[in-house]
Amino acid sequence: MATAPGGLPTASDGLSEHGHDPDATGHFGRYGGRFMPEALIAAVDEVAAEYDKARHDPEFLAELDRLQRDYAGRPSPVTDARRLSEHAGGARILLKREDLNHTGSHKINNVLGQALLTQRMGKTRVIAETGAGQHGVATATAAALLGLDCMVYMGEVDTERQALNVARMRLLGAEVVPVTTGSRTLKDALNEAYRDWVATVGHTHYVLGTAAGPHPFPMMVRDFHRVIGLEARAQVLERYDRLPDAVVACVGGGSNAIGIFHPFLDDSAVRLVGCEAAGDGVDTGRHAASIGGGTPGALHGALTYLLQDEDGQTIESHSISAGLDYPGVGPEHSFLHDIGRAEYVPVTDTEAMDAFRLLCRTEGIIPAIESAHAVAGAVRLGRELGPDATILVNLSGRGDKDVDTAARWFDVVDAEALPTDPPAQDQPEATGEREL
Amino acid sequence: MTTAKTGLTVLDEVFTTAKAEDRAALIAYLPAGYPTVRGSTGLLTQALEAGADLVEVGLPYSDPVLDGPVIQHAVDTALRGGVRVRDTLTVVETLAARGGRAVVMTYWNPVLRYGPEAFARDLASAGGLGVITPDLVPDEENGWLAATTATGIAPIFLVAPSSTEQRIADTAAASRGFLYTASTMGVTGARDAVSDTAKALVERTRRHTDLPLGVGLGVRSGGQASEVASFADGVIVGSALVSAAEHGRAAVARLTSELAAGVRGNHTGR
Ligand SMILES: Cc1ncc(COP(=O)(O)O)c(C=O)c1O
Repeated sequence: MATAPGGLPTASDGLSEHGHDPDATGHFGRYGGRFMPEALIAAVDEVAAEYDKARHDPEFLAELDRLQRDYAGRPSPVTDARRLSEHAGGARILLKREDLNHTGSHKINNVLGQALLTQRMGKTRVIAETGAGQHGVATATAAALLGLDCMVYMGEVDTERQALNVARMRLLGAEVVPVTTGSRTLKDALNEAYRDWVATVGHTHYVLGTAAGPHPFPMMVRDFHRVIGLEARAQVLERYDRLPDAVVACVGGGSNAIGIFHPFLDDSAVRLVGCEAAGDGVDTGRHAASIGGGTPGALHGALTYLLQDEDGQTIESHSISAGLDYPGVGPEHSFLHDIGRAEYVPVTDTEAMDAFRLLCRTEGIIPAIESAHAVAGAVRLGRELGPDATILVNLSGRGDKDVDTAARWFDVVDAEALPTDPPAQDQPEATGEREL
Repeated sequence: MTTAKTGLTVLDEVFTTAKAEDRAALIAYLPAGYPTVRGSTGLLTQALEAGADLVEVGLPYSDPVLDGPVIQHAVDTALRGGVRVRDTLTVVETLAARGGRAVVMTYWNPVLRYGPEAFARDLASAGGLGVITPDLVPDEENGWLAATTATGIAPIFLVAPSSTEQRIADTAAASRGFLYTASTMGVTGARDAVSDTAKALVERTRRHTDLPLGVGLGVRSGGQASEVASFADGVIVGSALVSAAEHGRAAVARLTSELAAGVRGNHTGR
C-alpha cells in the first residue's frame, strides 16, 4: 500500500494484522469487552464485521489512503524542536505534527476511516460525542465531505470553553446539541450519544471519537491512528538512524497515544509514556487521571480504569483541557499499564499551561492544551534523561480553539505572580497580553 | 434459611399465579432514594398495595445510558440526596419484610464494585428475588451466573428487537425468573403507542424459551397495559410511575390501580 511521499507507511498499513489484537469479543487481558445494552450489540457486531471486511478490502484501503493524503494532508512531518530542547535537559525533542492535519488534530485519522465505513454500511447519518470539539469538527468535516447528516453531542461546559469549535461544526452543517445532564462534559456527551444511537441505529453510525467504548471501537480507532506511529517510527529511523528512547503522548480516552505507541510495542527498549491530566493534582481529587488515580470498572462499554467512588458511581473529572476531561480511558491502555509496557504519568493544569507557553515561545507552535500535557511530560523526561536522549512527542493538535482559555489563564497567573508590578497605565490589561 | 423459599421459587409463583388468573403480572419500577430513601419505600409499598405483583427497585447510577429524561432526573435527585448502594438493599429488605416481592434493577458497575458475589449474597439475605442488569449481556457475566445460582436469586437479562435468534436463545438460556423483553429500540420513557415490535419480539422469543416474558419500555396507561398483557406474561412500567411519583403516593396508587386493571383486561384506558 505504501504510496506516500518518501516511501512512508500509509494509513492502510495501520489496518494490517500485527499480532496485538484483542480476543474475538474485544478483551485486552481482563480489560475491554462489551458492557453494553443488548439493544446495541447487533450494531457493534455489524461495525466489527464491516471493519473486518474493510481492513482486507483493497478498494477501501486505497480510498482511505487517498483521503488521508489528498484531503487530510498526510504524512504529517516530524519537527526537531531545537529551542525547546534547551529547556528539556538538552534532550532531542521531536514533535510528530498531527496539529498540521486538516481540521487541526489527529482526530481526522479515525473519522475518515469511520465515515467511509458508514457509507459501506449504507447508513446516512453519523453522531459523535466531543469534548474539545476537535472530534466533533473532524466528524462534521467528514460528514460534509461524504454527504452524511451529522449530529454532535457536547457537554454544555465544553460548548462554552470551546466556542470556536462549536461555530466551526455549525458552519460545516452539523447540528450541535449541548448536553445539560450530569457534569455537562465529555462523559455526559457520551451518554447522550448512546441514547441517540439505541433509537436510531437503523440508519445511524456512532463515530466514537477515541480508542474506548465497546469492542470493536478500541481496536478499530487504534488501527485508524496507527499511521501516526508507523510514519513517525520510519521518519525518525530514516533521519537519525535510531529509534527514540521514549514516545510521549497525552491520554484522554487514549486515541492519539495508542496510535503513536502501537507501532513501538515490540521495540522493547523504547519507553512509552502516557500523560494523564492531573488537573489541580491527583491528590486533590480534582483531576482526570484514570489510571494514576482510578480503579478498574465498567463504563461506556468497556472494563477499564476509571474514576469511581466506593459505590461504583463515576466521579466527575477535572482538567483545564476539555479533551482530557474524561473519567475513563481506553481499555488497551489499562492493559499496557498492568503489564508494565507503558507508563502513565500525571501532568497538572499548571504544568501543562507552562509547557503550552514554552512551546509557543520557543518553537512558534501554539499547541492544543491537550497536547501541551505531552509537551510537559517530554520536558520533564528530557531533564531526567539528559542530552543523549531522543524523545518523540505526539503533538496531537493545534491550539486555536484554546486561545480564550489560555488568555484567561495567563491573566490570572501573571497577575498573581507579579503582585508588585506597577499598574500599567498606558496599556490596559497589559500584564496578561504582554505575557501572552 | 433452609426453610425459606428462594428468589427463583417466589418469582415462579408470581407468574404462575398471574397465569392461573389468566392475566399478565404487573411489574412496577421506581428508583430507591427518590425522593428520599424512606419516600421511595413508601411509594414502592403503595405500588404493591395498589396491585403490582412485583416491584423493580432501581439502584441509582451516575451514568444511566438506557434511561430517558424522567428516570435520569429521579435518579439524579436520589444521588444528590446521598443515596448509597446499601440503601437499595435496605429498601428491598423493608419491602420483603412486609411481604412485598422485589427485584433490583441496576447498571453493572455498582455491582462490579460491590463484588458480584457479595451483592448476590446480600440481596438474597435482604429478601430480594433477582437482578435486572440493563447493560450486562451474558457474554460478560464472568461469575455472575454462578453467584446468583448459589444464592437462589434470578439473573434477569434483556432481549431487544435487534437481537439475533442466536442471541435471544443464549440470553434466555442465561436468564432465570423471567426475561426482560425491551419493546422498542430506545431509552426508557412513556410513549403514546405500544410499538408492533414488542409483539413481534415476544413471538420470536417464545420459540426459544419457556421463561415468562416481561415487556417493558414505554407503557404508561391501562389501555397499553391491557394491550401488552394480551401477548406477554408481565407488563413492566417505569417512567410513567416515576412521573406519577412526582405527584405523591396517591398518584402512584391511582396509576397502579389503572395498570392492574389493564393487565386483567379491564381498563378505563386513556
Ligand atoms: C488535540 C487533542 N489531543 C488529544 C485529545 C484527547 O483524546 P485522545 O486521548 O483520544 O487522543 C483530544 C480530544 O479532544 C484533542 O482534541
